[in-house]
Amino acid sequence: MKKQTFIAWITAGLLLAFSFNSALAAGGATPPPKLKWSFHGPFGTFDRAQMKRGWQVYKEVCAGCHSLHQIYYRNLQDIGFSAGEVKKIAAEDEVAAGPNEDGETHDGGELLVRPGKPFDKLIKPFANDAAARAANNGALPPDLSLTSKAHATGVDYIAAVLTGYKDPPSGFKMNEGMAYNTYFAGNQIAMPAPLSADAVEYADGTKATVEQMALDVSTFLAWAAEPEMEERKRLGIKVILFLIVLTALLYALKRRIWAKVH
Amino acid sequence: MATPTWNNPVIKWVDDRLPIFTFVQHSAIDYPTPKNLNYWWNFGSLAGVILVIMIATGIFLSFNYTAHVDMAFDSVERIMRDVNYGWMFRYIHMNGGTMFFLIIYIHIFRGMYYGSYKAPRELLWIIGVFIFLAMMATAFVGYVLPWGQMSFWGATVITNLFSVIPFVGNDIVTWLWGGFSVDNPTLNRFFSLHYLLPFIIFALVFLHLWALHTHKSNNPLGIEVKGDQDELPFHPYYTIKDLYGLGVFMIFFMGVTFFAPNFFGEPENYLPANPMVTPAAIVPEWYFLPYYAILRATPDNFVDAWGILPVIIDAKTSGVILMFASILLLCLLPWLDRSKVRSATFRPIYKQLYWIFLADCLVLGWIGANPPEGMMLLIGRIATFWYFFHLLILLPLVPYWEKTKELPESISAAVTANGEGSKETSS
Repeated sequence: MKKQTFIAWITAGLLLAFSFNSALAAGGATPPPKLKWSFHGPFGTFDRAQMKRGWQVYKEVCAGCHSLHQIYYRNLQDIGFSAGEVKKIAAEDEVAAGPNEDGETHDGGELLVRPGKPFDKLIKPFANDAAARAANNGALPPDLSLTSKAHATGVDYIAAVLTGYKDPPSGFKMNEGMAYNTYFAGNQIAMPAPLSADAVEYADGTKATVEQMALDVSTFLAWAAEPEMEERKRLGIKVILFLIVLTALLYALKRRIWAKVH
Repeated sequence: MATPTWNNPVIKWVDDRLPIFTFVQHSAIDYPTPKNLNYWWNFGSLAGVILVIMIATGIFLSFNYTAHVDMAFDSVERIMRDVNYGWMFRYIHMNGGTMFFLIIYIHIFRGMYYGSYKAPRELLWIIGVFIFLAMMATAFVGYVLPWGQMSFWGATVITNLFSVIPFVGNDIVTWLWGGFSVDNPTLNRFFSLHYLLPFIIFALVFLHLWALHTHKSNNPLGIEVKGDQDELPFHPYYTIKDLYGLGVFMIFFMGVTFFAPNFFGEPENYLPANPMVTPAAIVPEWYFLPYYAILRATPDNFVDAWGILPVIIDAKTSGVILMFASILLLCLLPWLDRSKVRSATFRPIYKQLYWIFLADCLVLGWIGANPPEGMMLLIGRIATFWYFFHLLILLPLVPYWEKTKELPESISAAVTANGEGSKETSS
């Protein structure tokens, strides 16, 4: 009976795992290769230098089209910038200034602006979705705040798409203005290959190959999606250790109380 | 059971007027419990604990949540990023839903294995089925609140099921939505319902416990308690056993919450709801997958392939009927199963069928996660057929030819003997 129960539960577990796996398959795209990331695993943390490089790639390449709506300038302190550096980064961008003393938000149709502050959200590249589409051949560049969480294959997906550009196989019918990508669903992506070698000049001297930039910006976006990750894991380890000790004590007590019964 | 006497004058004064201390003494301390309950009996109290955890974390989440189509998604992200420990409350609540269903499924299947639904516990079981239904409703409306892609499209698919009701179906759907599509009024009322339903569950749990305490717990042998020698007071024996079980469960629950919080979730729900873009596959949370498979199993004209009936029952209608039937049928389980013997331990044929039925439900779950095409559809249909075949045909008929094993004299006799029964007792 015991053995039978055990086997049944193992079967159940396997079936369940199988069902999740099969639910993940996306149509018409190669599954992205599984890469090693410093922030995977229960003790994993983000590589600060890599995140800073990733921010540079986002800022200089991606931010032209993609917003990062959930992130404030102040959040950049998490990836290793000092408060002063964050102030400087924020001030380089112009944000809506709000009404002036005359109650006006616009001057002759132009938005009144002021330099950004750490408490502002990162500026968006386009005023609205329609403007974004108009500038991008009808396609809407998605917000990148949650990209690594919104795909079943997570951060691997970002790195794969960024490096997955190829010439279409012969006979593959491409729509106008589209690029072929091995890892994108349907293999046609409206975004032209965004990275080219030395597209950025890294402040820390790292060589800016396409692969390097893809890994760096993927790490940065993984952080943007889960800025709480490191704190979560740190607290989680304490919680689990506490529970193991507590449960062991409860088990000892249980044995002791029940010892009288038999 | 003697009425306790209270020495403390305050307790005595209160208890004279409102016998709450006597009530606790009777139902949580002295409460006589079969001495042979195994660890599968832990899941009832676990379900109670997780309900409290869900209500507690949910209240804190509601402090910071905004039920508006333009703000809901961002307000959840604000909880995740800017509210102190908001990510923790949110992940506990999110995975708490998964844990609640996991526990309840084990609780239900435990009841099925040991025949806990049989007389005199039929109402206890039926109230349980209603708790399960209320949980499903709560989970469904709750899943809509973050207003992600799956929230929106799940809400659209499920509310549309009501359109199969003859004549008034479409009007009912419009009424549920508060408009002509899933939109802001829908989100608002779903938030309201998500706050209301847990308290209805709480009330149903109270009834469930009331019914339980009337005839007391079933046990792994499925035989009646013969006297004091078969029982133990709930405290300290089962309080400590439940606490130990809670500890083990919390290690698992917190392990998922802190280290794989999105494992059970649908990634697509991290994209904001967009009524103009339908996801490639609309998949419910894992705990609804078996029902989703049943919903999609039937073809058009499934009952009436020869076209005799004046109305056409399309695939959607029959799917919806089967899906609701698959749950409501459980209410009839005490009468469908004609065997007088409760525990599967003494029912060799039922025991095999039980495991097949469990496997069948898991297969349905697996099918529910996949598009209903080709092999998947066929397997889904066979599994759906077996689900109903088991409940409607096998359970009533099997007792006629099943030769049950001899039941032990009493619980205490079985516990001291070296039989199957002693293996059943865990401690």
